[in-house]
Amino acid sequence: MTYEFLMASGIGVLVAGGIFLALRARTFQVVLGLTLFSYAVNLFLFASGRLKLNRPPIWSETITDYTDPLPQALVLTAIVITFGMTAFVVILALRNFLESGSDHVDGDTVTGDAQDGLIDDGAQGQRP
Amino acid sequence: MTFVDHLPILPIAIPALAAPFALLMMRRRRRLGITISLVSCLAMLGAALALLAQASVGTITAYELGDWPAPFGIVLVADRLAAMMLVLAATLALIALLHAVVTRADRKGWHFHPLFQFQMMGLNGAFLTGDLFNLFVFFEVLLIASYGLMLHGQGPARLKAGVQYVVVNLVGSSLFLIALGLLYALTGTLNMADMGLRVARLAPEDQGLLRIAALLLVSVFALKAAVAPLHLWLVRTYAVSTPAVAALFAIMTKVGVYSLIRVVPQVFGDGAGAAAWVPAPYLLPAAMVSAGIGFAGVFVARSLSEQAAYLVIGSTGTVLIAVAGWQTATLGAALYYLVHSTIAAAALFLVADVVARRRGGFADNASPGPDFADRSAVGLLFMLAAIAATGLPPLSGFIGKLMILKSVTALPDWGWAWGVILTTTLIGMIGFARVGSTLFWKQAQSGEAPAPAPAATRTDLVAPAIALALLAALSVGAGWASAYANAAAAQVLDPALSAHAVLGEVVQ
Repeated sequence: MTYEFLMASGIGVLVAGGIFLALRARTFQVVLGLTLFSYAVNLFLFASGRLKLNRPPIWSETITDYTDPLPQALVLTAIVITFGMTAFVVILALRNFLESGSDHVDGDTVTGDAQDGLIDDGAQGQRP
Repeated sequence: MTFVDHLPILPIAIPALAAPFALLMMRRRRRLGITISLVSCLAMLGAALALLAQASVGTITAYELGDWPAPFGIVLVADRLAAMMLVLAATLALIALLHAVVTRADRKGWHFHPLFQFQMMGLNGAFLTGDLFNLFVFFEVLLIASYGLMLHGQGPARLKAGVQYVVVNLVGSSLFLIALGLLYALTGTLNMADMGLRVARLAPEDQGLLRIAALLLVSVFALKAAVAPLHLWLVRTYAVSTPAVAALFAIMTKVGVYSLIRVVPQVFGDGAGAAAWVPAPYLLPAAMVSAGIGFAGVFVARSLSEQAAYLVIGSTGTVLIAVAGWQTATLGAALYYLVHSTIAAAALFLVADVVARRRGGFADNASPGPDFADRSAVGLLFMLAAIAATGLPPLSGFIGKLMILKSVTALPDWGWAWGVILTTTLIGMIGFARVGSTLFWKQAQSGEAPAPAPAATRTDLVAPAIALALLAALSVGAGWASAYANAAAAQVLDPALSAHAVLGEVVQ
């Protein structure tokens, strides 16, 4: 029971944090949010084969109780895909920031320094 | 096993093999790389036509990868619907690739051809697979390739739109995985045919979870299909993409529609308890809203490519209005219109490119500019594309819309569907007439000299002309095409057929 509770609440906390961060305005937080969200999804997929401890992941005639190996294969695929995607979105966000001077997701043209309060961007929206 | 038995794997294997070879060749011998890419697309079209011939008599071919028996291994299923979508994808790819090569758009960045081939691999795989997790994998393949293609040519506008496109699709993929996890936990299978059978045997206490999983899955497909309110990512992405790429992307929203048509009757059909026909109450209103938004966008768009992007939303909405009936006649009409609207949207993207190439700094903005080369020829192409896009006779859009209007009369809410379809057609027609007359009839008064247009060759008129000729052919062959579409719809709506083909004697 405690194991299930730990797993479920862990997934819940990850999803909540992920969604909160993914809804932020700037790319770095969004990327972090997506990463947290994908961790939660991977744990969830893993749990879809039911939580079993100390059981072999293979089926044979002599074994009556085994863990489902398929979700583990699915999680592996999902991890590889989300890892590649995250790497891609990081590079993309970086390129976008370097080319446009703004790391706002919604196409805002306020410069990064002005967002951080480092300079006073009086000319709202005027890019350097 | 003979060669014919391996036919279903060819549309996936050909681009998968062509992509690395094109990648190797593009460094030193550009021409050879382009040839590989073109030959691969031709071979895909050949394989797709062979599958179409096989499926047109009603056989459903199930191909077991590695010869693993069906519910455990991965299967590819080639039925009428899959074969039809394969032919559509290969045709569209040839047109888009031809345009990219002719206009040299493929030289504006690296790796256009390998990415294009991987995109085709993802599309073909998504159309063929009979396994829900494999559908996710092929979705990812086509999305990863589309990220690269969308950013092809670079520039701040593309990067900005690219970040949004990627983030939205990453969230979509995560939701897809959650839905898959739930469905696997409930049914213990990922094979669509098998899942359809097991869903019917679920315990009453699992019905709530099943409904959540079904709704999540349908929302992901709706996101891919850009159905309102999940359409906001599309316009900016498509409008800033390289036009040849945007023409290929015209089929990407249709992948969402295809998945909906494939999965809902098969898995969430009559026997699915709480999840039976789960999108039904929401699909029709959402489809009507997206048709309205799409054609309103066509009306107010500031450039031709933006107009084409809105057209994609609008036509997907129109298709889904018919899909929402889930009857043979409505689904058949929807499939016919789906083929038409994909090619029509692609043609419009290509015409937008042809216009932009000739107007220099004025690009394809809907503002009067100086006279440009081949004005009347391009104007004629635009007029034909607009006729196709709005669904006026004599092109196939008219027949498609007529079929949809006729078939939805069997539904209870058909008045709404008629009203929306006819009104959006009128709005779209006015929008195209407005932009067309601005572009082709008005001349700018200002003496500002236009940026010198690139040496005008007329070869770039070929690809859009081919697309429009195909629409004319679809109109001439409407009898055969609509009969095929209706047969495909009947086959999809009878899940027992494909369950028998996939699982063989397991189902009795």
